[in-house]
Amino acid sequence: MGLSSKLPPEELAIKMAELAPAYTQQEATLEAARCLFCFDAPCIMACPTGIDVPSFIRKITTGNVTGAARTILTANVLGASCARVCPTEVLCEGACVVLDREGDPVKIGRLQRYATDYAAKSGIQILQAPSQRTGKNIAIIGGGPAGLGCAAELAQLGHAVVVFEKKPNAGGLNTYGIAYYKMKPRVSLEEVTMIQQLGVKFRCNVEVGTDVSVSRIEKEFDAIFIGIGLNGGEFLGIPGEDLPGVMDALDFIEQIHTKPLHEIPVGNTVAVIGCGNTAIDAVTQAKRLGAKKAFIAYRRHELEMSAYDFEYELAKQDGAVFSFNSVPVEIVANEAGWVGAIKFAKTEINTAGSLQILPGSEFTEPVDMVLKAVGQQKQSNWLQEHFPLLKFDQRGVVEHDPATGQTNIAHLFTGGDCANGGREVVNAVGEGKKAARGIHAFLTQQIASGPIQPSRYGVDGIPVGAGLEQAIRVRELEAAYLRER
Amino acid sequence: MANLSIDFAGIKSPNPFWIASGPPSNTAYQVHRAFEAGWGGVVWKTIGEPIRNTSSRYSSIDIGNMRMAGFNNIELISDRSPETNFHEISEVKKRWPDRALIASLMVDTRDHWHDFVKCSADAGADGIELNFGCPHGMCERGMGSVVGQDPAVAETIIGWVMEVSTLPVMVKLTPNITDITAAAKAARRAGANAISLINTINSITHLNLDTLVPEPFVAGFSAHGGYCGPAVKPIALQMVQACAADPQVQLPISGIGGIATWREAVEFIALGASSVQVCTAVMHYGFRIVEDMIEGLDDYLDSKGFTCLGELQGRALRTVRDWENLDLNYQRVADIDYEKCIGCNLCYISCEDGAHQAIQLVPPDGHSLGPGRVPGKPIPQIVPELCVGCNLCSLVCPVDGCITMTSINNGNPELSWRNYQMKVSRGEMAPIPAHP
Repeated sequence: MGLSSKLPPEELAIKMAELAPAYTQQEATLEAARCLFCFDAPCIMACPTGIDVPSFIRKITTGNVTGAARTILTANVLGASCARVCPTEVLCEGACVVLDREGDPVKIGRLQRYATDYAAKSGIQILQAPSQRTGKNIAIIGGGPAGLGCAAELAQLGHAVVVFEKKPNAGGLNTYGIAYYKMKPRVSLEEVTMIQQLGVKFRCNVEVGTDVSVSRIEKEFDAIFIGIGLNGGEFLGIPGEDLPGVMDALDFIEQIHTKPLHEIPVGNTVAVIGCGNTAIDAVTQAKRLGAKKAFIAYRRHELEMSAYDFEYELAKQDGAVFSFNSVPVEIVANEAGWVGAIKFAKTEINTAGSLQILPGSEFTEPVDMVLKAVGQQKQSNWLQEHFPLLKFDQRGVVEHDPATGQTNIAHLFTGGDCANGGREVVNAVGEGKKAARGIHAFLTQQIASGPIQPSRYGVDGIPVGAGLEQAIRVRELEAAYLRER
Repeated sequence: MANLSIDFAGIKSPNPFWIASGPPSNTAYQVHRAFEAGWGGVVWKTIGEPIRNTSSRYSSIDIGNMRMAGFNNIELISDRSPETNFHEISEVKKRWPDRALIASLMVDTRDHWHDFVKCSADAGADGIELNFGCPHGMCERGMGSVVGQDPAVAETIIGWVMEVSTLPVMVKLTPNITDITAAAKAARRAGANAISLINTINSITHLNLDTLVPEPFVAGFSAHGGYCGPAVKPIALQMVQACAADPQVQLPISGIGGIATWREAVEFIALGASSVQVCTAVMHYGFRIVEDMIEGLDDYLDSKGFTCLGELQGRALRTVRDWENLDLNYQRVADIDYEKCIGCNLCYISCEDGAHQAIQLVPPDGHSLGPGRVPGKPIPQIVPELCVGCNLCSLVCPVDGCITMTSINNGNPELSWRNYQMKVSRGEMAPIPAHP
């Protein structure tokens, strides 16, 4: 007895519709007119790829939408997907000064989508690779956001780039792991096409180390960028974890992007273990796909969850239930051998500050589907196997120079989740881009810098790269400041 | 409750708000609606030999999120017969005896002027407005602004009108002239009872960037139009003030040009107008806007302790001087309230690139998290010794009350340029050194 899909296609189309639909031209112009066109704007500092936000928004107000897209894409080649998946509330929009004036920031993400949609639809090739080539060859291992950010930047610097991707399509989590109501895989695949048009070669369905050896890559290429992200989901380490009906939340989300919606099996009662943003994506989509009840169980307190406030609100609006201080101790099978229930225990923080289970607090919840969202495994095993000399930090991520992405092995560079432990798509793109410049400097002894940011022209130093070097999160800084006070 | 009623050159009106001659005062139906809404008076759409209009007729410019910040038309005077217009005037006047109803006229020969003036009186109009202002369509036929632009011609025609008029006569002036007071003085010399200003300004609002043809589009072409709406208010205010302040004019003034709310009405009245006329704002929002205009003006007068409009009228006239009489020793300096600053830095960049480089970006020491909530991000700081008090930063600042211009007592006595020239020539003071 397996799970079945729950809702007809028509109903799913409504339930899974985009949360923030595309702006019309008038909506975009009206919203863009709210931007103050700050000088040295905080939103640029908050963008991990350093998009000159005031510049692109001003271009929207004048009808120069191609120019707006150029400003975005020259800073962030994945501008279209970031427009949809960035947690703008804590990044650019959290820094927007209009928030201070009006209590509501300029909707930078939706404006960015408007501009990048326009460019995609008009078919104008905004980014160009130079005709003069350097003759250098770089291999990118992993075609996710970091690898794509690196590949696009290298191609624009005149290098020959090959991306090795083990899945059928590049794009990484942008293609396979984003909540359906935020972004469809099409957007990510269009970005891959745009990067192909820069001359980057993609070798999909190729797993490095299995289908092609590392030694061969090292022989054929002048430098290597490792952007392999994180591995499969972490284990709960409790009995019953391998029962049918228990799966990784990311695998569940991947199904949504690879199958018709009405063919995706979902439980009547779905438990999601963990309370990060992936857990929210999973519980919300389970609910929208037709689960009667979907709940999140988190072993810690509400205040400690890593999901963003707006994600938490979204899940609550969708009718998801939250059970805090609840840790699963066993997944129990029903008589058919499927998931039938989870046994939980309540937790608290003891006087020593560590989490402990309250004796005698066990309770059982009947469920027919369990989605695990307790983080992804580090890739250190794979990396150690194939790059034995590579150094890792105590978190198990690759040690590297944050400015250049260079590892302890001179020709190996890295960025994205495998180097930062798991952050946003936009961080991965920024790190890929910085690594590309690091590779460029390593191979050519020349410094490449980003495009001039016109709305910062006149700052001390050169007006390039704000946010790219070290992005700030203004709301977190503000909260930290207020806490200290 | 202040008294809002006026007696404008003998024309009585329960409030100073009149509909200007134009599309909203085209028919009895519209004028009834205007009076129902509360307008004190209406200047009927200009009556003359019926004309034929084009399609299309209007265009406008939008600024930011504001539609019709400036408005333009190539519509001519009434396209209805004089008989129809005068008949409707008499009907409306019977129903609204307490309101001011003014016939706007534009014809060519002396006989025609005599005829139309008499018809206006016979219809029961309270006054006559002579349209010497329309900048398009009629001037090619020897009427409208070509009359208003030549004071001698205007004087002659006003003379014809005054020969027969039993009603107060108001001359509507065109702003498309080097010195509007020359036209106002001609009206005075010819015996007119009042002036109204401004009529519309010659304009091309914009091109369609795809066709490169201006709007309003008429079969592949366009023409110079008449510009009005909120954007023209500063020009109108200056001209009203100039006429009101001129001792050789001394006529009641009906102020026109960009008036949309009671606030502009206060400005026009304080600079010398006795009544105000509104057209574009009604074309935008309808007659209903007068409710707020009456209430707002009333409350304003009460709040300032004025019991009637006469106490406000002309009150600001003395505050406009010739430049040469302004005090060169007066000094104001910008002051930033960091509690309100949101960190947009527009004050900095506007002063740096567009003015006098008197704002610097400095570490936010002592301002906790700092404006914009970015720790350590430089904040704008006025350099008082470089600040010339130009106001630019306070104008670009998007937060109300964040940058204020404060007066500095520098101890220097008042010194106008005029006195300065005199003193220097007499050797009583050394020339002020040039700005570095």
